Amino acid sequence: MAEKLKLAYFLAGGCGGCDMAIVDLSESLVDALAHLEVVFWAPTLTDLKYKDLEAMPDKAVDIGLYSGMIRLGEQEHIAKVMRRKCKVLIAYGICAALGGIPGMGNMHTKDELFRTVYFQTYSTDNPDGIAPQTKCVVDGKYELTLPEFYGYVRPLHHVVDVDYFVGGCPPHHTFVGKILEAILTGDLPPAGSWITGGKSACDVCERNPAARGQERESIKTVKRTIDGTPEEGKCLLQQGYLCLGPLTQGDCGSLCPKVDIPCRGCGGPIPGVKDFGLRAISAIAGLLEKEALVDQIPSPVKLFYRYSLPGSLLGKKAVRSENAEEDRNQPDDKA
Amino acid sequence: MKDRPDAYYWKPNILVFACNWCTYQGADLAGSLRYSYPTSVNIIRVPCSGRVEPEFIVEALKKGADAVFVGGCHPGDCHYKEGNFKAVRRFNLLKRVLTSMGVEPERVRFDWISGSEGKRFAEVMTEFDETIRKIGPNPLGRGGNG
Ligand code: SF4
Ligand code: SF4
Ligand code: SF4
Ligand code: FES
Repeated sequence: MAEKLKLAYFLAGGCGGCDMAIVDLSESLVDALAHLEVVFWAPTLTDLKYKDLEAMPDKAVDIGLYSGMIRLGEQEHIAKVMRRKCKVLIAYGICAALGGIPGMGNMHTKDELFRTVYFQTYSTDNPDGIAPQTKCVVDGKYELTLPEFYGYVRPLHHVVDVDYFVGGCPPHHTFVGKILEAILTGDLPPAGSWITGGKSACDVCERNPAARGQERESIKTVKRTIDGTPEEGKCLLQQGYLCLGPLTQGDCGSLCPKVDIPCRGCGGPIPGVKDFGLRAISAIAGLLEKEALVDQIPSPVKLFYRYSLPGSLLGKKAVRSENAEEDRNQPDDKA
Repeated sequence: MKDRPDAYYWKPNILVFACNWCTYQGADLAGSLRYSYPTSVNIIRVPCSGRVEPEFIVEALKKGADAVFVGGCHPGDCHYKEGNFKAVRRFNLLKRVLTSMGVEPERVRFDWISGSEGKRFAEVMTEFDETIRKIGPNPLGRGGNG
């Protein structure tokens, strides 16, 4: 029997949900472990340390799964170590692939974030006005360090080369099972692509009007999820709930519309879409019946770029050149 | 410190997506009638304003345009019936997104300019150029010098 494939896993700027999606495989995970050897998994699951990964010879690991976005120097460092140690590196989950929910932080500058979090919130008690430092000396002799908090959030491929991307927040565990199977059998798409079934959430949605031989209607009102209860079986978009299923990878099986919630795009863009948010603007605006509806869409950045702002063309808040200092101090991509 | 760039040194780079059936003809007419408009204006001809995807506008702003103008046929005049209506909805929605992301709303503009409005084309461009000179280089691009 062939040697076991060596797997490394790192959770960077994420929530741990992507780790859970693997654990959720339950029995199938036990089967997969007959062919996989976990050589590193931090900070959850194993007790291995960064130095253990750093000590491995280059390319000693077959598959690296990197979950979470990159905001801190520490996350950037491990991304680079993972790239050196892993033959194949996968941006696993939408945070690593495009920035994810924490990527919405890019709507603000670092200064704005620090001002709110460390100085302005009602519950903050910070009389000396201290913001996080990378170094401090305690008792006059112990130097303590903290990783640097960068100016903005980056997806993994802005820091190192990435072989594959996997969407989902987190990826659905049945799909994770398929990914593991693809890895074990070597049945992977061309490097640089997303691992996906290639269908949109609409394609696999029970509410899809096309599946019922109906035409797509224009959007006549704009509703938020809290407005009323969607009619059963009818496409959410046509009822005014701004569902992004038409341009989202449907590897989840179009889960959200099943429970009356419009798709928010966590699966990542369907093949051929370069910028999720801009394409969503184009698709949704093109369906609006009246021009006045445009202004009724609440927080369009948070709606259209909920999972993909750092990986988008806009990427982060534009800063006027007078105070773009912070931008220039950001380490350049792929250093 | 001056709070706006010196117009003497800096000239904006304005990209105009002009519908072939109206705004482009309007620009042509402005030329034949010798109405002058600023040299900062660079025109790209498109088959219909409905062809202008949000990606085009953002790509332009990222790659050195200081401002983008989309010109389409007047309501009811679009050769593809509702291309211009879709275009203006997309444009307005994109503008809201750009504004939240720190881009000044004045940098992007949509207007209806027909093939017979040569004079109006020149006037609108002159006024747009003045506005952009006042707000200065685009923070998304590369300093605005091309
Ligand atoms: S993609 Fe979602 S589940 Fe995975 S780390 Fe990010 S926030 Fe958590
Ligand atoms: S728009 Fe949403 S609700 Fe409608 S078919 Fe697509 S995924 Fe289903
Ligand atoms: S329906 Fe959309 S938002 Fe919901 S899990 Fe699937 S891809 Fe994510
Ligand atoms: S043909 Fe001119 S805007 Fe459509």
